[in-house]
Amino acid sequence: MMQVFAPETEAQACEAIASARAGKRTLEIVGGGTRSGLGRPVNADCILLTQKLRGVTLYEPAELVVSAWAGTPVSEIEALLAGKLQILPFEPMDHRAIYGTQGEPTIGALAACNISGPRRVRSGAARDSLLGVRFVNGRGQAVKSGGRVMKNVTGLDLVKLSCGAHGTLGLLTEVTFKLSPAPRGSGTLVIEGLNDARAIAAMSMALGSPFEVSAAAHVPSQKRTLLRIEQAPDSLAYRLEALTALAKPFGHARKLPESEAHEAWAGVRDVAPLAGSKAPALWRISIAPSRAAAFAADMVAQNIAQDHYFDWGGGLVWLTSGLDGQKAAILQAAAAQAKGHAMLVRASVEARAQLHVFQQQPQAMMDLSGRVKASMDPDGILNPGRMYAGV
Amino acid sequence: MNEILFPTPDSAITNRRDAILGELASIAAPGCLIVTEDERRAFETDAFTAYRRMPLAVVLPRTTQEVSALLAYCHRTGLKVVPRGAGTSLAGGAIPQEDSIVIGVSKLNKILDVNLPDRTIRVQAGVTNLSVSEAVSPDGFFYAPDPSSQLACTIAGNIAMNSGGAHCLKYGVTTNNVLGAKIVLITGEVIELGGEALDAPGLDLLGLVVGSEGQLGIVTEATLRIVRAAEGARPVLFGFDSSEAAGACVAAIIGAGIVPVAMEFMDRPAIQICEAYAKAGYPLDVEAMLIIEVEGSDAEMDAELARIVDIARAHDVSVVRESRSAMETALIWKGRKSAFGATGRVADYICMDGTVPTGQLSYVLKRTSEIVAGYGLRVANVFHAGDGNMHPLILYNVNDPADQAKAESAGMDILRLCVEVGGCLTGEHGVGIEKRDLMRCQFNEIDLDQQMRVRAAFDPQWLLNPAKVFPLDGRVGANETAA
Repeated sequence: MMQVFAPETEAQACEAIASARAGKRTLEIVGGGTRSGLGRPVNADCILLTQKLRGVTLYEPAELVVSAWAGTPVSEIEALLAGKLQILPFEPMDHRAIYGTQGEPTIGALAACNISGPRRVRSGAARDSLLGVRFVNGRGQAVKSGGRVMKNVTGLDLVKLSCGAHGTLGLLTEVTFKLSPAPRGSGTLVIEGLNDARAIAAMSMALGSPFEVSAAAHVPSQKRTLLRIEQAPDSLAYRLEALTALAKPFGHARKLPESEAHEAWAGVRDVAPLAGSKAPALWRISIAPSRAAAFAADMVAQNIAQDHYFDWGGGLVWLTSGLDGQKAAILQAAAAQAKGHAMLVRASVEARAQLHVFQQQPQAMMDLSGRVKASMDPDGILNPGRMYAGV
Repeated sequence: MNEILFPTPDSAITNRRDAILGELASIAAPGCLIVTEDERRAFETDAFTAYRRMPLAVVLPRTTQEVSALLAYCHRTGLKVVPRGAGTSLAGGAIPQEDSIVIGVSKLNKILDVNLPDRTIRVQAGVTNLSVSEAVSPDGFFYAPDPSSQLACTIAGNIAMNSGGAHCLKYGVTTNNVLGAKIVLITGEVIELGGEALDAPGLDLLGLVVGSEGQLGIVTEATLRIVRAAEGARPVLFGFDSSEAAGACVAAIIGAGIVPVAMEFMDRPAIQICEAYAKAGYPLDVEAMLIIEVEGSDAEMDAELARIVDIARAHDVSVVRESRSAMETALIWKGRKSAFGATGRVADYICMDGTVPTGQLSYVLKRTSEIVAGYGLRVANVFHAGDGNMHPLILYNVNDPADQAKAESAGMDILRLCVEVGGCLTGEHGVGIEKRDLMRCQFNEIDLDQQMRVRAAFDPQWLLNPAKVFPLDGRVGANETAA
């Protein structure tokens, strides 16, 4: 029977990791379990559950800051913030639709996996709002980095390092996020019928305008290009009108009814256009927007891409494909050629074990990452192999 | 407070100076090696001028390959390296050691590529902060982090210190605005962190390098985000009869869901000093002043300012001055931006940089006055109120060693206070040597050991900027196990 640790305090988490280390056993860290398909499979000796590390430890609305134990459900925190008309700025994606998982996403996972959503183009990702962390390293020691204030350059930034490390460097126990006031109004324009290249040009125009476009996506299967502005009502009306005028060369920009817009953005955020696909592979490609249309066209021409859409003004491509070693290699090589990278977000356990889920990096980078991992988790007991074999 | 210590120079290195100079001459490009005492003197300190040490030599490479060859040589021979941008560090981050060489990036000063559709710019790391914005301002864009030293400071230095500025309340600091960096490791290996895309694969080593104070490698190129400027920007100036009222006003504005571009605070001594210098029309009969700037179209700014003025009136504001012209805007900002220079005219000063939770601003201001008065000195406060990043300027006489010691002790007391109330030692200037020995106030041994182990994953021999950031005693390498 696999041993399961479910610490209720940071001290218990330290004990669990220290005992695993002493017994030379590896640990898989599990939060709400809603993103269990993310990353390479971890065949660990034990499970370390964060769900009992739960509760908000600090909320100061006037300082735009919240802290919580890592296993606190995101929904609980968002409800708390909503009471003060505040939000997590990075519009975190919910992975349940693509993985078909149940359960509650946790705040710790937003940091561990550096989750973000459409507002990334304006407000950054989880990493940009993460002010402080407490984590337990592979030695079983509780470590803190950062804090609760907006500006802090004291010491090495282990906050950024922990964010997006998928639990391979430490078990996050407490996270502190910077918040935003909730938008006082939101409006979305839709332009129909653009091809990928024109759509990306339109989105670049919009994101390069002074009107603070907060999201820009293009969904070819719906023939729709979406542009969102979030402002107070007076300002919103003015900016939507100004942006409509700017967008004239690309066609007629129509304002979507707000309920439809809300649903559209939730869909863009949670990959709804591709979630129901039967394709064996779902990819997430980060790339410069100006290279994205050519990349997607190339994948279509090579019969690799089945369907795709763009978020972040073209800087994020979601793409479904068939899957074998050759197709994956071609796609990741093309992404690298375009100075981007591709992550295999949904595929069978076998495929994720065999293929590069995270794009391979040059050897000097892999070596350096290995040394950093060893400096945090010397025996490699935390989520071994989640990102790369050995990291 | 004790004088800040430097490690004893390694005589095995200093005795070999002539040989080292010969070897460096064979590596450095012609005209890029500085050896004479007169020329080296320009590099013996930075903007933390109370301390200085003469380096063995200074090299100003022109390419990444030259930086690589130099670091590989240092690695091979165990020679310490102090990287240098423009030398504007207020924390002594660029002060050399006698047994080190300085590698300066000032000749790596080209803008490589401007990409407006992707809203990025690629530069060599020795370009100045302001020149990045200047390169894209004709197209209506700017580079958001704007430290006060932006005319001189380099992108390499900004990355090393994770620099902020007045506008970071809305636009973030350096780490939120850098997409990629080319960095040379101590071994001479050149790696690319991040790049053109918003996400990088693998561990966020770029996030680790930003703010690492030249201890992980030397950045030679960077890809930066540029931002489209708003249609317009306009400040309002508020005067209050107490610092508490000004602080409460700041909290109320944020609490109302408004995040202005900038919220700058000045107390009475700072107002008097700046007004005497800049003739900005600041009110002289108030205890505290806020400069709050908003952005947008004229109508949008009118509406936003009206909301902000309403909040200020509810907090007993005694003076309200909305800018009505570009000239008035420039004048309001001139006083604030000249604060450090104007203060320098009336006295020598040291500038602290702690950040506190904004709810603690009033308390910390009061305690700061008491602490400094306790040492028989004066203090002027000018700082970024929206994010709690304080800059008390402690006035003293640099020619009086006793006075200097008092000023430094007062500064350390203030920083301890910042940590006590939940803040940190440094918000944007860095630890350098100045706050190195206070690191144990904020971090325990486990925290520091973990940071040092990560550091050692990059530089196990501690050759890169070794006297900085971490207390000189108790240092650990990557593979040493803690007790």
